[in-house]
Amino acid sequence: MSPNTLTPGIAAGRLPAKAYAENFSDLHPVLDDHEAHVAADRCYFCHDAPCMTACPTSIDIPLFIRQIATGTPEAAAKTILSQNILGGMCARVCPTETLCEEACVRETAEGEPVQIGRLQRYATDTLMAAGVHPFSRAASTGKSIAVLGAGPAGLSCAHRLAMKGHEVVIYDPRPKSGGLNEYGIASYKSVGGFAAKEVEWLMQIGGITVKHGEALGAGLCLEKLKADYDAVFLGIGLAGVNALDVEGEDKDGVLDAVEFIADLRQASDLAKVPVGRDVVVIGGGMTAIDAAVQAKLLGALNVTLVYRRGRDRMNASVFEQDLAASKGVRIITNASPKAVIGNGAVREIEFEYTGDDLKPTGDAFRLAADQVFKAIGQTLGRTDLPDLDGRKIAVTGAGRTSMAGVWAGGDCASGGDDLTVTAVAEGRDAAEDIHASLMA
Amino acid sequence: MANLASEFIGIKSPNPFWLASAPPTDKEYNVRRAFEAGWGGVVWKTLGSEGPPVVNVNGPRYGAIWGADRRLLGLNNIELITDRPLEVNLREIKSVKRDYPDRALIISLMVPCDEDSWIDILKRIEDTEADGVELNFGCPHGMAERGMGSAVGQVPEYIEMVTRWVKKHSRMPCIVKLTPNITDVRKPAEAAKRGGADAVSLINTINSITSVDLDDFAPEPTIDGKGTHGGYCGPAVKPIALNMVAEIARNPETHGLPISGIGGVTTWRDAAEFMTLGAGNVQVCTAAMTYGFKVVQEMISGLSDYMDRKGMTSTSELVGRAVPNVTDWQYLNLNYITKAKINEADCIKCGRCYAACEDTSHQAIAMSEDRVFSVKDEECVACNLCVNVCPVEGCITMERVAPGQVDQRTGKEVPAEYGNWLEHPNNPGNTCAAE
Repeated sequence: MSPNTLTPGIAAGRLPAKAYAENFSDLHPVLDDHEAHVAADRCYFCHDAPCMTACPTSIDIPLFIRQIATGTPEAAAKTILSQNILGGMCARVCPTETLCEEACVRETAEGEPVQIGRLQRYATDTLMAAGVHPFSRAASTGKSIAVLGAGPAGLSCAHRLAMKGHEVVIYDPRPKSGGLNEYGIASYKSVGGFAAKEVEWLMQIGGITVKHGEALGAGLCLEKLKADYDAVFLGIGLAGVNALDVEGEDKDGVLDAVEFIADLRQASDLAKVPVGRDVVVIGGGMTAIDAAVQAKLLGALNVTLVYRRGRDRMNASVFEQDLAASKGVRIITNASPKAVIGNGAVREIEFEYTGDDLKPTGDAFRLAADQVFKAIGQTLGRTDLPDLDGRKIAVTGAGRTSMAGVWAGGDCASGGDDLTVTAVAEGRDAAEDIHASLMA
Repeated sequence: MANLASEFIGIKSPNPFWLASAPPTDKEYNVRRAFEAGWGGVVWKTLGSEGPPVVNVNGPRYGAIWGADRRLLGLNNIELITDRPLEVNLREIKSVKRDYPDRALIISLMVPCDEDSWIDILKRIEDTEADGVELNFGCPHGMAERGMGSAVGQVPEYIEMVTRWVKKHSRMPCIVKLTPNITDVRKPAEAAKRGGADAVSLINTINSITSVDLDDFAPEPTIDGKGTHGGYCGPAVKPIALNMVAEIARNPETHGLPISGIGGVTTWRDAAEFMTLGAGNVQVCTAAMTYGFKVVQEMISGLSDYMDRKGMTSTSELVGRAVPNVTDWQYLNLNYITKAKINEADCIKCGRCYAACEDTSHQAIAMSEDRVFSVKDEECVACNLCVNVCPVEGCITMERVAPGQVDQRTGKEVPAEYGNWLEHPNNPGNTCAAE
């Protein structure tokens, strides 16, 4: 008998075949022309617009929306992409409800912001569907730069450098470019292989070579890169995962959420991705939500997300929390894991309630679990780097590290939120700074 | 509920909302639907002479401009007078009037500029029981090229002549419909009055090209690659119409001449505004063409509620109420000084007032780091642009600086007394101020 949602343990194919396509379809499908015009009509073309200030990449939002309203979405896309070369992905994954759309004056006026994210996607999708790359390279500078990491920060940095006329070589340990765009992020936010298509589109600028399967410590060393290139940019993300540090953590069925998400993103057939019947996700950020929601969509019967602090402290936005709730994920707050219980494989997990100051209350409870996903934060996971600021590479200004000739940006660097859009901004700004330094 | 019953040049209707002579009133089917929906009267679409009817284009007849959310703001048309046989129209008019005796039914007419043509058409419409005639001296397209419509309306002597013929050969009340495609609307109105018109109606449509197809390089509406000017109407023309109505209402030569107000009436509020400027009733077309006949129900409830609030029991109490307050620029009180005031609680911080004032006006609005916008009284000339560009109604108001207080902009005390340009020392024509 084939598995279903009631089948105990970890199993693949819990749902009827057609359910997967439906469950993992586009979360916010692209607006059609009419919808885009109606949505664009609502923009007030604010002076020194608050949405623009709220955008980490400072996209001129009123201008691009006006360009959509006047029937020139390609011009709108160029406005977006000149500030944010991954504007297509950011339109899909940005927590707009806590950025541009939160700042929108129509949110103030009517509690209903202009749909900036969806309008951005309308513009960028239109341009990409036309196969247009609206940027070209300046004359060659003869300089070459190594970019470590083909994620949002690295790609953004590489594109800007290539545009300025530099030669860029990107090194990435994974077989595909895109970083978290390709291996992280919930599947329903980036359907149809968009991450890969976007990378392909970005590469049309020319002057960028990508070398896969190469990473610091695995064939590359920072000192040599510094010697071989005119500058180095580190966009290596956070490769390590924090441990729970509780008894029984090594039992079967206890996994890193990022790994689950990556496997799911790379799966050619979602019916072959195994998932537990009783899934517990530990954490309160976007990764925790993405893992929990997707476990539910794969057919897990019970999915519980447990976070150690109160709801208001969760890194996941209210929109993401509501999305999880709407898919049937139960959210428990103010509880920390105490022990993973089971004979070989996890069977239960014990939590203790905690006050808002994380002080244990002494009250414990157990949740049935045949699969546990850890999503309590990531780490650099290496030491052969410039000076750190806490758990990240210390940077000043536009991504300058303690090492001369080495810049850093994205999740691996200090400052800024761990968001795709922030990584894009940091990569871009580092590129400008590298360019200014090399051409001085 | 206020009684909206209206009597206009002796013609009674249950309310002052008539449908203008236009496509919606071209045939019995439409007019019956209009009366069922509640319209007080109808001006039947213009009839021409006996004989083969005119023909219309078979490509598009209408062009448009739109505001936000594709709200239709202006419509342009190149349709001619009725293209249906005269006898069919006459039969239908008679049938409708028989079934709706309480509604006003006016026949719009346009025939060549000779007395026999007018004698003939007036005789033919005699036994329809219609309540009156409206002389179409307004249509700016097609018929004008044949010496009718606005070609007559642009020559006051012709207006007077034809009106005189009509009054001579018919006992029906006669409304003369005026074209706005002239420089001074008072002249044709005076001519109509001299000819014996019982009333004037205005405005007819304005000559216009609504847009150009940027691929075919042809004006819209485009017919086989060509376009022509058409008659413009709808909400966009209302300000032009209001002024023309007011000009006639306050002109000593025509003051008191009944006016049927036309031009962009879309809501009860528009209708009330026309009436305060001297219109005894209003005629509507574009609003009905955009939303259907049901819009009259909002006009009826809205006007009625407004009159109740104002304690008015008859529409005649409203008619002309604003006419005494329409004046010439030179009589405006220069000692009436106001300043814009931004209500921070209502402000959504869009900054449009700031951009408008800073870029295009008087640099009289300050913007703080945290987007608090405030008016600099020492710079504000009270132009009202900030009020007009603010998306939140009532957020910015114009507040009077009381007499005796100092105007921060001029540093002078605000005089209590009225003072206009005629008495102003800067006026070179003001001899007594030169001392």
